[in-house]
Amino acid sequence: MKTKIYPIFLIFVFSIIFFVFYKGLKNSNIYTPDVKSQINIPKFQAKDFENNKTINSKDIFLNDKFYLLNIWASWCIPCREEHKFLMNLHKEKLIDIIGLNYKDNHLKAKKFLDDLKSPYKIILKDLDGTIAIEWGAYGVPETFLIHNKKIVKKIIGPLNENSILEIKEIIK
Amino acid sequence: MKLFKYLLITFFVINYNSLNAQDVNLENKITKNLRCLICQGQSIYDSDSEFANSLKLVVKKKLESGNSEEQIYDFLQEKYGEWILYDPKFNKNTYFLWLLPILMFIIGGAIIFKLFIIKKN
Repeated sequence: MKTKIYPIFLIFVFSIIFFVFYKGLKNSNIYTPDVKSQINIPKFQAKDFENNKTINSKDIFLNDKFYLLNIWASWCIPCREEHKFLMNLHKEKLIDIIGLNYKDNHLKAKKFLDDLKSPYKIILKDLDGTIAIEWGAYGVPETFLIHNKKIVKKIIGPLNENSILEIKEIIK
Repeated sequence: MKLFKYLLITFFVINYNSLNAQDVNLENKITKNLRCLICQGQSIYDSDSEFANSLKLVVKKKLESGNSEEQIYDFLQEKYGEWILYDPKFNKNTYFLWLLPILMFIIGGAIIFKLFIIKKN
């Protein structure tokens, strides 16, 4: 009896190990971040892109209105690609687009907007990237849909036709 | 009197430096325990990406404003999820991870005890 317990125990242990590794084989080895939504927006202060005045976040995001916070930079190529979608969304009256200019040179950012036009109601400056971290952003471009001071949707990477349709559907 | 003055200055300089060094050590400890989410297998401390540099600044600012190590981890965990921490906290998702080595150690110890010590006796 005693001699039978060990092989059974060993087989049991190895079966569990085999099962765990076999299941792991099917997992993707590319990390995709969790898209957390319905969390409160951070409280922060930032400088206005146009006049360098300090703005408090609580004066920008009001209740009962949709806002789209778009993190962009003139050196970011995908930001250039998504710009036409932001211009499209700019026509919607139900939403205000707020820009967060990430680690950028002011003159280059200004030229970017002169070339492509600005879809933003307000543009804030994030010279050291710390405001983007407060938002839980990974880089540029990244977009947050905000309602009632909560993040309703987060889009990592450039906006596309589908994401614009989804946003339009939510704000209807 | 002059000697006393010099001693006082030296005392403050040394004290100030050691305080700063402690802050830097804690800052390094925290950034070594944070995963760079956009890099491959690098900590925030090791990485030089835009994301890592900004996160280092956030950690520094939070320490300067009096936040504790635990508060900084909680803040980042809320923003980026548990994946950002190299040293995961003990909760319902990590029971197995933390307890498995102890369990293996106990089972292994029991086997050795049974095979060698009881047999010898």
